Amino acid sequence: MKAATPDEFLIVAAARLLAGCRHVAVGANSPIPAGAALLARALAGPTMRVSLLGSRRHNFFTNGGVELFDCAAEGRIDAFFLGGGQIDGQGNVNLVGTGAYPQTNVRWPGSFGAPFLYHFVPRVILFRPEHSPRVLVEKVDFVSAPGPAPDDRQRPGGPRALLTGMALFRFERERGRFRLESVHPGRDADEVRAATGFAYDQPERVPETTAPDAAVLALWRETVCLELSETYPRFMAPRFAGTGPSLVPADPA
Amino acid sequence: MSSELQALAADIPDDATIVVPPDYSGVAMAATLALIARKARNFHLICAPTSGLQADLLIGARAVESIETSAVSLGEHGAAPRFNAAVRAGSIHVLDATCPAIHAGLMAAEKGMPFAPLRGLVGSDLLRYRPDWRLIANPYDADETVVAIPAIKPDVALFHAPLADREGNLWVGRRRELMTLAHAAKATFATVEAIQDTSLYADEQTAAGVIPALYVTRIVHVPLGAWPLGLWDRYEADGAALARYAAQAVTQDGFTAILAAWQERLLQGVPT
Repeated sequence: MKAATPDEFLIVAAARLLAGCRHVAVGANSPIPAGAALLARALAGPTMRVSLLGSRRHNFFTNGGVELFDCAAEGRIDAFFLGGGQIDGQGNVNLVGTGAYPQTNVRWPGSFGAPFLYHFVPRVILFRPEHSPRVLVEKVDFVSAPGPAPDDRQRPGGPRALLTGMALFRFERERGRFRLESVHPGRDADEVRAATGFAYDQPERVPETTAPDAAVLALWRETVCLELSETYPRFMAPRFAGTGPSLVPADPA
Repeated sequence: MSSELQALAADIPDDATIVVPPDYSGVAMAATLALIARKARNFHLICAPTSGLQADLLIGARAVESIETSAVSLGEHGAAPRFNAAVRAGSIHVLDATCPAIHAGLMAAEKGMPFAPLRGLVGSDLLRYRPDWRLIANPYDADETVVAIPAIKPDVALFHAPLADREGNLWVGRRRELMTLAHAAKATFATVEAIQDTSLYADEQTAAGVIPALYVTRIVHVPLGAWPLGLWDRYEADGAALARYAAQAVTQDGFTAILAAWQERLLQGVPT
């Protein structure tokens, strides 16, 4: 079997982070997280539900746009993906822009439902393929959604992990910091350190992120990626044509 | 463009507060082009809870003075170019929000309540720039602070739906946010794909998804009225047109050119 592409590697790695969830929700314009959620469901079977915003088929909500948030507030969503133009070492996320608000130098779409979902959803996976000091900053320019204070016992939600194109971090809530869990094949811990703008912890020996298992990759290629193309035809089109490099979206949100 | 569509655009006055649904929920694009054709100005646009092409077009055509939104984006087609340019230039006032807060404000309005309490926003910089969002103590739990979101009471709700009947009822199926928009706004203007002779109440299955005529001010029959956006299961978005827009509208000149082409298309009655 052909080796996993960078997108496939991330989809399988992200799917692994969803194991055991009953309900995974994915925001709009997020093809890789959506692929991961559908793959995790295919692996888990009927115990897992997936809601993809922007999809008709993978959207069982009947009470309008507010139902996602009502669900989250009532503890009915276990995992959600959140991107970020900037993410800092305390888990703060910026979806608004860089520079002095409101006349930001660079303006991103906006905060969407991030602050609310980050507060309520227990397993938020921060996902950003670009791993660079301009994305992973010491302090975000605008806090769309705050990272959790270590002593905040009332807040059920917050970051569980940060997955980038280079590495996987865990968020350690009691310390309010990230810990490097693994680096993807072909990368090393020093490279990750140099590309990360915030301080984090790491073990003495940093393991490599597990490569996709052949059976999982086959499940993705033969079944799940067809399901994803209903929601993301543009993202998936080059794959079916057998052309095209990674189509990781430039849009940070 | 039909005279009915022109009349609808004429009935939405300059300076109005207009609430619109997100790109996936039934956007009245033909009506938006009609508003631009009549050189609408000074709208306060409320995106419930986000917008994309519609907000970008209205901003590029200088119809928007201020916008309350949780995001403006062309989705898979990338950033909203005229919105971004207007923010950089400081030519529009942006009230940055978050989706559940906009839903809460509209739901307060539909119930005639002054505000709705919302949890989970404390610590976000959004609060620093929204003095109208107030922190209040939970009266039932002194340890908790919640955010009071004032009622959002738009002058006009504007959207596109699949179906209406001769009695002025609108069918929106499970897109319940459209119902909230109609309840919250003082007037509701809708374009529809089709108008049927049989009452939507004749069948309980369609009745369940109906916005009663009580809330609806004006309905105009505009087939493909959401183009180039899609409409649920009825038709897909025109990806090529959206990609062209995303590329061309990066400059104001490019924007003006594509807007003129779309206006022309509407004038000639294409694609009806």
